[in-house]
Amino acid sequence: MQKTYYDPADLKNFGKISDWNSSLGEKFFDYYNSVFKEGALSAREKSLIALAVAHTIQCPYCIDAYTGDGLQRGITKEEMMEALHVAGAIRGGASLVHGVQMMSKVNKLEM
Amino acid sequence: MIKSLKRRESELANAEKQLELLSNGIFAQGELPTFKESIHKSGHFPLKPKSLEILQINVGYMCNQVCKHCHVDAGPDRKEIMAKEIMSQCLEILKNTSAHTLDLTGGAPEMNPNFRWFVEEASKIGVRDIIVRSNLTIMRANKKYYDLPAFFKEHNIHVVSSMPHWTRGKTDKQRGEGVFDQSIKALKALNKIGYGLKDSPLKLDLVYNPSGAFLPGDQASMELDFKKALMEDFGIQFHNLFALTNLPISRFLDYLLASENYEDYMYNLVEAFNPAAVENVMCTNTISVSWDGYLYDCDFNQMLHLPVNGKVKHVSEYNEAILQNREIVISQHCYGCTAGAGSSCQGSVA
Ligand code: SF4
Ligand code: SF4
Repeated sequence: MQKTYYDPADLKNFGKISDWNSSLGEKFFDYYNSVFKEGALSAREKSLIALAVAHTIQCPYCIDAYTGDGLQRGITKEEMMEALHVAGAIRGGASLVHGVQMMSKVNKLEM
Repeated sequence: MIKSLKRRESELANAEKQLELLSNGIFAQGELPTFKESIHKSGHFPLKPKSLEILQINVGYMCNQVCKHCHVDAGPDRKEIMAKEIMSQCLEILKNTSAHTLDLTGGAPEMNPNFRWFVEEASKIGVRDIIVRSNLTIMRANKKYYDLPAFFKEHNIHVVSSMPHWTRGKTDKQRGEGVFDQSIKALKALNKIGYGLKDSPLKLDLVYNPSGAFLPGDQASMELDFKKALMEDFGIQFHNLFALTNLPISRFLDYLLASENYEDYMYNLVEAFNPAAVENVMCTNTISVSWDGYLYDCDFNQMLHLPVNGKVKHVSEYNEAILQNREIVISQHCYGCTAGAGSSCQGSVA
């Protein structure tokens, strides 16, 4: 029996999710591929955003995929790490900014 | 400085060993289709040559660099050098065939003592395009090479140079400490005399190889990124960027095995197999000559000691009609030429 929830080989089979519902699956991949095309943002910038988001949602498949994609595009590891810190800063900031709610609540409840 | 596989007495210095590795394992077990099976399926077997356009000559394996991905296993400790006699025979071929391009490679071709003579003679007989695959740093390696840019200009040489990245870190990691700075100096010297400038007839192209176990990205967008970065950071211009896939042979194969990337890399290459790239792989319009005058379908086959099929094996017995009828020799390394947009000495082919 497989001992982990995640198997790196599953990434290659991502396309198979269309097998049980081709119309929605195809719509998704069509959308997905359109999103990553050159646009107002370059495909390179989108790759870095994807890498940062992948870390935020902690998806190991996406981390693998967009690390590889970044290397293929000539993105340096320094650029990748900075993108991660942006994700980290937003994540940390998002927790901390809720602290304002906690502070208001404390202020309201305390004498 | 790392040493060549040959100097290290690595078993991968042995071409038979490399071929064995490439044929066994995942391919023998049927996990992946062999290259022959793949081109059979796409209707391209046997692979046959078109008319000869490029004579690629490897004038020796000596090099002032020892890049980690080098498919030649070149370096300062390699002594194989083409003799003048073989060069003369190559000039005869250029005079008498349809080949319009002479592509000089190595090692560092400039380190062959007869390099300049050879270029001058080729220039005299009017070869349309004389390419020198220069590693750039050779122009800065020693005083006797400082005038190479002027020599190139005098003979209207088409300079094609490797540059794995526009950042120092990535370049030096693949090609050796200090290579980036020396390459930048050489590129500036070339620009200064007119090489690589927009609309200049003095052609300067760069070659990009991935610095690891991944495939090259889209050639056109890589070229834009390279041009932007080299211009902004150093004011450097060049014409085209050729994106090349690293073939799983020699020092790159050694790296793949040592880093445990070999199987994944082969999976990636096979998955990226593009039948449209097969039609234009460079062995279809090129003949490769080794330092000792033997004929190969390409520089990669040369390194794997896979000579051309058929009766004619050496420049001294060159016969276009016989060669034209040959079947190109293939193995699993050929997947490197047919992955994605395809890869050749001139960049993407599909
Ligand atoms: S890749 Fe080129 S520059 Fe580097 S060691 Fe090989 S021949 Fe020399
Ligand atoms: S490795 Fe050589 S023989 Fe094989 S496809 Fe590439 S150019 Fe042709």
